[in-house]
Amino acid sequence: MILTFFWIFGVIAMGSALLCITRKNPVASALWLVVTLFALAALFVLLDAQFIAVLQILVYAGAIMVLFLFVIMLLNLGRPGPTDIRGPAGLLTATVLAGALLLLLRPISEAALPSSIQLPPGTVLALQQQQGIVGSVANPLFDAYLIPFEIASVLLLAAIVGAVVLAKRKL
Amino acid sequence: MLLSPALAISAVLFVLGVAGVLFRRNVIIIFMCVELMLNAVNLTFVALAQSLGMGGQVFVFFVMAVAAAEAAVGLAIILAVYRHKQSVSLQNMNLLRDG
Repeated sequence: MILTFFWIFGVIAMGSALLCITRKNPVASALWLVVTLFALAALFVLLDAQFIAVLQILVYAGAIMVLFLFVIMLLNLGRPGPTDIRGPAGLLTATVLAGALLLLLRPISEAALPSSIQLPPGTVLALQQQQGIVGSVANPLFDAYLIPFEIASVLLLAAIVGAVVLAKRKL
Repeated sequence: MLLSPALAISAVLFVLGVAGVLFRRNVIIIFMCVELMLNAVNLTFVALAQSLGMGGQVFVFFVMAVAAAEAAVGLAIILAVYRHKQSVSLQNMNLLRDG
């Protein structure tokens, strides 16, 4: 049952990603990417990562995609114009390279994890029951990953300052 | 149980992102394809977190923080380039090409 739902949402994610990269209109592209992000959030729920799924919808589908749509509207790119898809030579090169990459990545999905590094089955679920769904993510974040967390805050500050400096006409 | 379908879906999404970067010329769409690739990697992290511990889910956090920073700075660069060139097509960004 879970596997069926997993494949349904997986096919939705892959199909809308394909539509996203083939639509001519950037607005349509962005909206298909939002569909992909929602389908990925559903996959995260099925993989016992409910908190990450909520973050995916709030941060990605909410904040980041609104930023994209905002820039598309600001630059007035929604109007019909010449296509930006490359010609036959470029299309062929892209297809061949992407196909080669897919062939290279195929063994990964068939590989089995060595049992020595796997946790016993049910460990993550037990942890989530014991500490709560948010707590089980927050505990390692503020404990083992505290220094990367602080560095991420500096990165975000640098991004804010950088975006203001770049987007302003004159300081 | 869900690990290998998740890895397969994530590989397909990543390849679609790469293909989009290769055959589009619109910088904003190329940027969205980069986001698609980041999301494919997030799916891998979450799928492996199920059997290898919560570290994977914490890493998705950091990927999202980096993606947000990247989107803010990248879109600001696109705005600056558009103001200069009146275009977002890669065809018109050939300042480094000789001749």
